[in-house]
Order: sequence, then structure tokens, then C-alpha cells
Amino acid sequence: MTNDSSGDVRLSGISKTYGAFTAVHPLDLTVPQGSFFALLGASGCGKTTTLRMIAGLEEPSSGTVFLGDQEVTNLPPYKRPVNTVFQSYALFPHLDIFENVAFGLRRRGIKSVKKQVEDMLELVQLGEQARKKPHQLSGGQQQRVAVARALINHPKVLLLDEPLGALDLKLRRQMQLELKRIQTEVGITFIHVTHDQEEAMTMADTVAVMNAGRVEQLGSPADLYENPNTTFVANFLGTSNLIEAAVDSKSGDDIVLQAGGGKLVLPQARCSAPTATGGKVLVGIRPEKISLTHADDAGEIPEGRNRITGKIADSSFIGVSTQYVIDSAVCPEFEVYSQNIDRDARLTPGADVVLHWSPAHTFGLDAAQDIDAGVETVEPEEGVAA
Amino acid sequence: MAFVRWLKRHLVVIAGLLTLGYLLLPNVIVTVFSFNKPKGRFNYEWQQFSTDAWRDPCGVADMCGSLSISLQIAVWATIGATVLGTMIAFALVRYRFRARGAVNSLIFLPMAMPEVVMAASLLTLFLNMGAQLGFWTILIAHIMFCLSFVVTAVKARVMSMDPRLEQAAQDLYAGPAQTFLRVTLPIAAPGIAAGALLAFALSFDDFIITNFNAGSTVTFPMFVWGSAQRGTPVQINVIGTAMFLVAVLFVLAGMVIGNRRNKQKA
Repeated sequence: MTNDSSGDVRLSGISKTYGAFTAVHPLDLTVPQGSFFALLGASGCGKTTTLRMIAGLEEPSSGTVFLGDQEVTNLPPYKRPVNTVFQSYALFPHLDIFENVAFGLRRRGIKSVKKQVEDMLELVQLGEQARKKPHQLSGGQQQRVAVARALINHPKVLLLDEPLGALDLKLRRQMQLELKRIQTEVGITFIHVTHDQEEAMTMADTVAVMNAGRVEQLGSPADLYENPNTTFVANFLGTSNLIEAAVDSKSGDDIVLQAGGGKLVLPQARCSAPTATGGKVLVGIRPEKISLTHADDAGEIPEGRNRITGKIADSSFIGVSTQYVIDSAVCPEFEVYSQNIDRDARLTPGADVVLHWSPAHTFGLDAAQDIDAGVETVEPEEGVAA
Repeated sequence: MAFVRWLKRHLVVIAGLLTLGYLLLPNVIVTVFSFNKPKGRFNYEWQQFSTDAWRDPCGVADMCGSLSISLQIAVWATIGATVLGTMIAFALVRYRFRARGAVNSLIFLPMAMPEVVMAASLLTLFLNMGAQLGFWTILIAHIMFCLSFVVTAVKARVMSMDPRLEQAAQDLYAGPAQTFLRVTLPIAAPGIAAGALLAFALSFDDFIITNFNAGSTVTFPMFVWGSAQRGTPVQINVIGTAMFLVAVLFVLAGMVIGNRRNKQKA
């Protein structure tokens, strides 16, 4: 990674409308040189449109695109120093792998391409396949050809449009690491569009979560996961338990909240919502942060922890952990993931339990939002332009 | 029983071979009779083997002249119809314009219209415009009726093309002209070639439309038709057989090249 900003991607006020439909609302975004940046969102959230505006394949309705110091808003794609790895790869079916990879070099009038192409094919471990046609390769190999074909041009930015969407789960994991390795090796800025939150978190330094044509939140994967600012981010990245609560009082840096007769403590710094006394906020807690104790042992729970009582509705053992669904007064389906270290045999469906967690793990959200925003439903068929 | 089982297993192959025989029998007759030495003017009964006609294929007055005219018209009609038809096909698939739906259905009309009707209306048109009937009127007519076929063949191919391939080309520094030459055209080529072959075959053996609009020009099909009334020279069979052989050679060459490519890949 280098510190000069000549490879920064800067979008300012960029938007895209199709007739009455706004695909991307005016958006400001800076992607620093050399970073691995992910645009994450469900299909139709505007992430692919944003990517295509950087590539020049889509003309923005307003705003400007800068690559370093150069404004490229009105440049056609073939004059921009960016390259794209397309969804389903778009390899040229009539050319062999070698010619596919050499395509960009040849179009720029570079005569001796052999060495470069062979080196690039080595980098993606496809040296043996140079004379095959794309349809003779497996999905993972085609994916690597698409990456090689783009990277060989040493673009300022590499754009990846759901590059792993067509691969099966195991291969996808493998390619995630592979792409990350290549990015570290070549040091080029990668902008990666995906609907898979795990993929975004595994690979990217910075993730921008998009929803309905807007960036909901931007930050490092850990930051987004631990401190979501909206219900969409809280639900879309992993799972969150959200409880409606009323602000009771404030004590020092903490807010004391009233929920279902009990009191919960939330650090002021971890609340993105206004907190006037009597106002409502959504209290969030991740399932793995919660400890589960049988009601008979409630006295052993240390002081100062947030606690909620409930009854186990369901439990499923999945090896490394057991996932419980708890029925409680404040939230009908409270999810708790418990590491299988010392399993308490009494924790079976029907058992009365106390859920407790450290207040520092609690986060607060504006209650004026849809509490179920971003909850994963059945994923629609991918490939529809997102 | 064994025979019945054998028959059951090979029924599809047998049916296929019989159909192939049905298709090829006329060609076999044409070829056999190109080696005939007929007694009278008509070449309809087998007399004795001879290679006279093969040694002197242009021995019949005017026949090779008409063949040359037919070939010229077929070549130009193929070029004209392929270029125009390819452009129409791209326009219909790639662009959204107001009359697109209408054009899409109208393009099929010449294929559906009885040829005689079209021939007569073309003649009316040419006469009213005061056009001199001959080579050019035939060519214009041929390009017209070949167009629908070319459009249909190319359109099918262009429709199955992923527009992302052209976007990928642009993304890889190919300007519009380069994108068309390096990506669009090579991928559409099989469709265009199919359309061109169809146009050539249709133009070369067209009789009805040509006969109406030819004036005093005589094409090869017209020559065959004319001579059939007065007597059929063996050379007609020679030309027919030669055309058939050329076509077969083309197909074989295509297969050999295709096989070799596949082997290289593997």
C-alpha cells in the first residue's frame, strides 16, 4: 500500500435515475488508494449501478467521478484506467485464454505481450490452460481468467461485480482468500460489489453497506458489526436482537432504559439515536454476546449486567455452538449463540432462563426505523442487475 | 426374436438412413444421368455410360453464359442481403425505436407471401417506374427476398449474445470500432454465415421471381426450364452434379476444420 492519493476514487454527489426510479441517491464516497473496498447490499440497492458508473458503463444523472486528480465523469469506458471483473465473467468465447488475457494490452497497441500474459497466468495459476477456450474451464478457473484479464492492464482501480456469485460455497471461500492474496500482492485498489455479508467482511478493509440507493453506513467490518447505526445494518450484517425500550434516566456516561418492567444499561457513546428522557430507542445486542443461565442459578449472575428473563423455545446444536431461541416478554424471538464449553443439561426447550450480558456490548438505535429492515429473507435469484 | 430385438435397438438409425436416402435419391439420379448418352434430345432414359458431357460442360449454346449470370447475381445478392440484413438484425435486437415491433413482424412478410404474387407485383413496380428489366432488376428483387432470411438467421444469433461481452471489450480499451471488429462480429459470424449461405442458395435457384423480372436476361434456372421444353442436354446434369459436389466439399472442409480445432483444444 502506498500513501499517495493518485489512485483514490472520489465520487461526489453521484446519482442515477431511470425515469421516476432512483437507483442511486446522490452519494459521496472516497475509496483510498490500495484499499480493498466492498459495496455490500441486497440486490436492487444500487451497488452495481454505482460500480458501473465508476467503470463508465453507466452515465451518472448527476455528480462527478474522480480517479486521483483526473475527472473521468464524461470519459467512455475504454478511456478510463479502470478494469472490471464482470458477474459471470464475460470472457470472450471466440478467443482462447491467452488472447482473452492479452486483449487489453493488444488494444493499447502493445506488441510483445507474451511475457506479460504468461506471468499473469502464472499469478492466477492457469499457465497450463493458455490455449484452451473459456468454455473448457471450470467456473473457478474462468473466474481467475477474468481477474487476470483485468489485472494485466495495471488499472488504477479493479472493479469486481459479484465475482464469486456463480461459484459453489467451498470454491467461493477459496477464491475469497485467493483474491485477497492477489490484492495484497499487486497493491491495486479493489472495489468489490457483493450481496454476501460474510464475503464482504472476510475480504474488505472497508465496507459500505448500501440500502435503497443510499450508503447506510461505512466502516471497517468489525466497526460495522459492533456498532451498527441503523436497523438495516444491524440485521443485514449478522443477526441482532432488537428490543424496544424507553429512556428512563441518565447516569454518568450511561443511559438507563426501561423495557418490559426491567432495566437495561446502554453506554451513551454506543447510541446513535436521540435520547431524551421518555423517548424510545431500540436496544440491540448480538446473539453471541449473551450468556444464558438457568433461572435456578440467577443469584450467581454478577451485578451490573443487563438481564432479561425468558423461556427456551427452541435449541439447535451445531457443533461449535448451540443456538437458542428464547421467548421473553420484551422480544418474542431472542436469539442466543452459546459456545459449547460447559454445557448445562438443564438448558432444554421449556426451561426458564436468565439472559445477561455486559452493558458495553449493548448498542442503541433510533426507534423510528423499521425494526425488521435488512432481515434476510429468501435471497432472490441473483444475476438480476442489482 | 434376435432380429426383432436388433430392429428395436436400431430403429431410429434405420429411420434416419431411410430418410436420408429419400433426401439424396434425386441427387443420385442427377449424377447418374450426367454420365448418360441419350439417343434423342431428352435425357430421361438410361442408354449407355459416357463422359462426353463432363469433358465438354459448356458444349450447349448459351448454357454457361446463363450459369455465369446466375453466379454473378447470387454473389452480389448474397453480399447485398447479408450486409443490409445484418444491420437490420442488429438494429432490431439492440435498439429500442418506435416502429420496432412493426418492423419485426413486417420483416417476415416476404417469406410468407406466395412467390408468384411477389413476382407479379415486382414486375408492376418496375414497369411503372420505367426500369429496364434485366440483370439489375433481378438483383434488386433477389436482395429483397433474401433479406428476410438473413435477418432471421442473424437475429437469432445476436439475441443470444451477452451484451456484457461488448461492455467487457470497452472496459478493456477497445473503442466502438475495435469492439465491433474484435468481439461483436466474430461472435455473430456463424449467424451471418448461415444467412449468407441461405441467401446464396435462394438466389441461385430462384425461378419464379426471376422469370417475371428478367426481361431478355436468362439465368441458369430459366435456361433449364426453357430447354426442358425442347430437350434436356446432359450438361445440365453435369452442372447440377458439380454444384452438389462443391456444396459437399464445403461441408466436409467445415467439418475437418472444426474437428481439428476441437482436437487442438483437448
